[in-house]
Amino acid sequence: MVTDQAQLLPGTLDLLILRAVSLGPLHGYGILLRIGQISGNALLIEQGALYPGLFRLVRQGLLKTSWGTSENNRRAKFYELTTAGRKRLREETDNWNRLATAIGTALAARPEEV
Amino acid sequence: MKLLDSIRFRLTSLFHRSQMNAEMDEELQSHIQLRADDLVHSGLRRAEAERRARIEFGGQERFKEECREQAGGTLIESMFQDVVFSLRALRKSPSFTIAAVFTLALAIGANAVVFSVMNAFVLRPLNVPKADSLYAIFRPGPDAHMSYPDYVDLRGRNRSFDDLLAYNITVAGIDTGGDPSPAWIYETSGNYFDALGIQPYFGRFFHASDERGPDSAPYIVLSYSYWHTHFQDDRGVVGRVVQVDKHPFTVLGVAPPEFHGTLLFFNPAFFVPIVNREQVDGISQFDERGSRWVFMIMGHLKRGITPAQATADLNAVGEYLAKMYPKDDGKMNFTLNRPSLYGDYLGRPVREFMTGLMLLSGLILLAACANLGSLFAARAADRSKEVALRLALGSTRGRILRRLFTEAVLISLVGGAVGLWGSVLLLRALSVWQPFPKFPVYLSVNPDSHVYAFALLLSLATGFLFGAVPVRQVLRTDPYQVIKSGSAGAVGRRMGARDVLLVAQVAICAVLVTSSIVAIRGLVRSLHGNYGFDVQNTMLADTDLMMAGYAGDKVPPMQKRMIEALQTIPGVEAVALSDVLPLRDGTNNSQVFKDATSDLRPVNVAAEVDTFNVSPDYFRAAGTTLLSGRDFTWHDDKNSPLVAVINPEFVRRVFGSVPNAIGAYFKVRSGDRFQVVGIAEQGKYDGLTENPQPAVFLPILQSPSSATCLIVRSKRNPAQLATAMRNALRQLDSGVPLTIQTRLEALDFPLFGPRMATIALGVMGIMGAMLAATGIFGMAAYSVSKRLKELGIRIAIGAQPKEVLKTALGRALKLLAIGSAVGLILGILASRVLALIVEQATPRDPLVLGGVVLAMALLGLLATWIPAQRALRVDPSMLLREE
Repeated sequence: MVTDQAQLLPGTLDLLILRAVSLGPLHGYGILLRIGQISGNALLIEQGALYPGLFRLVRQGLLKTSWGTSENNRRAKFYELTTAGRKRLREETDNWNRLATAIGTALAARPEEV
Repeated sequence: MKLLDSIRFRLTSLFHRSQMNAEMDEELQSHIQLRADDLVHSGLRRAEAERRARIEFGGQERFKEECREQAGGTLIESMFQDVVFSLRALRKSPSFTIAAVFTLALAIGANAVVFSVMNAFVLRPLNVPKADSLYAIFRPGPDAHMSYPDYVDLRGRNRSFDDLLAYNITVAGIDTGGDPSPAWIYETSGNYFDALGIQPYFGRFFHASDERGPDSAPYIVLSYSYWHTHFQDDRGVVGRVVQVDKHPFTVLGVAPPEFHGTLLFFNPAFFVPIVNREQVDGISQFDERGSRWVFMIMGHLKRGITPAQATADLNAVGEYLAKMYPKDDGKMNFTLNRPSLYGDYLGRPVREFMTGLMLLSGLILLAACANLGSLFAARAADRSKEVALRLALGSTRGRILRRLFTEAVLISLVGGAVGLWGSVLLLRALSVWQPFPKFPVYLSVNPDSHVYAFALLLSLATGFLFGAVPVRQVLRTDPYQVIKSGSAGAVGRRMGARDVLLVAQVAICAVLVTSSIVAIRGLVRSLHGNYGFDVQNTMLADTDLMMAGYAGDKVPPMQKRMIEALQTIPGVEAVALSDVLPLRDGTNNSQVFKDATSDLRPVNVAAEVDTFNVSPDYFRAAGTTLLSGRDFTWHDDKNSPLVAVINPEFVRRVFGSVPNAIGAYFKVRSGDRFQVVGIAEQGKYDGLTENPQPAVFLPILQSPSSATCLIVRSKRNPAQLATAMRNALRQLDSGVPLTIQTRLEALDFPLFGPRMATIALGVMGIMGAMLAATGIFGMAAYSVSKRLKELGIRIAIGAQPKEVLKTALGRALKLLAIGSAVGLILGILASRVLALIVEQATPRDPLVLGGVVLAMALLGLLATWIPAQRALRVDPSMLLREE
């Protein structure tokens, strides 16, 4: 199971968190599940490692928090995007797409095209 | 906005630390519970599910720490932790802490004292409003003396100054109804206080409008300290009439406490209008353009005028004056300079000396840094195991370094605080110190905010400097290696950086020791030098008969009676008087022309000579050898031809050789011709370090002066003699204010600079020596303790004490020798600067060289004594049993 999962590139965790939360307010565990769900369980994230990322995004003003109750009635801290977070997500998504296209093109290049 | 938010966030997170921690706990627990819920769903028992959830989550403490870091506010928090931790670590090694704090207190304290003095003398402007634009006018050379008519012309014709004020310094006898006493005062132009912008403490000041011709303004303004000490803060003093040199003057007011006149170091008793000079000094000279007696002229530059523009403007006035009064003024060039230290005259030596002292104290601090740096490195090496353990447990190197720096900065701050405290005590004492009984010195060196800021900066810089020494060591630490090999092997002989530090430190200390020995030797020599008079067995009684109301023809008979009265005291060998004395308060200068010169203009002057008006028997009483010719007699008076005794430098400049001089004539500015009747030995007149100056002695009956300094030669006990002299003179006239002191005491003034320099350098030398000793001791003790086992084995297999010592201490001693040699050479180079202040301070002196070598060798012996004893007492069986 471990072997199919890809290591996260540095810096991509923030993007994934923003994306996961952009679909609706979530608590920490929920964010993990959501990332697993939208990425087809292809990414490996250590559970605890999520939290420093969350605290960082809160400090940058991209996420806001509130305490609420989970679907199975447990008290949990919920995260949602701020306006700044939404804007950052758009920018980062564009960035990522450009990068991915560029890398993909580069890797797909055949000798005769050079 | 964003910045404010982030600050607020950090602050809230700092203050709500416990709340945040609780919240964080709750959040992580809720995560684990949610995960466990899911696992229970998939069929696990609750307990097993929770265990699995915790494992999957990973190291909770680590993530919490990271969260705190990400949330901000942790810097202050973890710094606080660092401080607490460092305090605990330092408390565990009190001897190290005390030694380090003590070293730093000395070094930072020394720097604070030197900086404070420099701040007071050189950096801080004069304590008057707008001191930046205040300039004094100087003539070529260091001189600022001007004639009164020239002052009036400069004031009236310049277009660069708001106003020009003038003042003169003199001594006057003041009688407030009790004991008349001499006091140093300012004679100032009427606009003095207004031009400076000073407001009275109470009462009023005199103004330019009060000047209506000679002796028209019999007013005095007291300085605050004189009012405080002599009038006991009595506010009723305003309007009181006091006797100044037997003339009534009305007290107008008191100057503010922070105003001490316009010359640093000097604290006048009171201020009188310069127009009343005739009453105070017995001479007016307001119309004599050739008599340059006004001490200094200064003023605030007009807004927007640069000093260069003002100088050009003044020179234009000077050209006009030279054209109008060619006989008196000649060519006049002016320069502007700061008034507080009399321009460069005092300013340059003070600046140079203070800069030198600052450099030396900086060296002390560097030596202390090197010292503590190697101590710190040794300490870090000893704790390499602890560091390795912390690294292995997941601490970052950054965090460990931060803790090291915290420790270093803590030590340096405490050391700085202690040092500053000590220096403040010392500076307070210095500020109220009165080194000369006759002269109102004012040394305000109390520290101000600059000094405190300087000490704080210095402490921080010091902490980081010596804290940085073990950095490389920590960065290189490989936890695996250290823990595997134990503590002994890892820190063996590779101490390159520390060796260099020690050599540097010893070299610095040797520089300090060298300069202090050079200075002390120089001072001792100048104390036993030849001044051109005999310092021993000489007593002085000083007065100015002006102060007791004697003037004109009444002066000479009184002077003769005083001499005769003193001659009757048993045990007195010779008595004479002179108007001024060499090497005391400054001398009078006169212009001398060759006999053949008929045009007595300033350009034709053959020499500017120090002039002493003396009574018969002066040379015997003063102990000055007459090389040839004769002494004066009481018959050299107004009715006989003018005669003079001159000194060899005078002979050289005016006559060329001695045979030409005796019997020859020279002229002074008034046109009078003097015949040379004798030649007295060369002496020192204005300062100990001066080049040979021409001097002339004239009979007091031919050049009368009310200034009277009686010289009594006697082998009697000075205290008894002083009483006898006072009684004898009081019987003649009890209204004569007197200062009685020995000739040696009177030398305090010219010796002040060299003495201060020697004391300062001596203290620095001692501090340097102490630092070198502790540095070598630390190094030797450390290397012995690290190699105890090796030494034990050597002894066990039969090493002799000599070999053991060589092994244990050879390295330290070798470093000491290298450092001393380097320091000695540097010190000798540095000592050339010293020669400017301390006479005969030459490093090319076998005693100096020997002294330095001996001092450093003694230091080495002293510092390695205890470690050597320890090395020799090593008991191999004990050591082997221990492991």
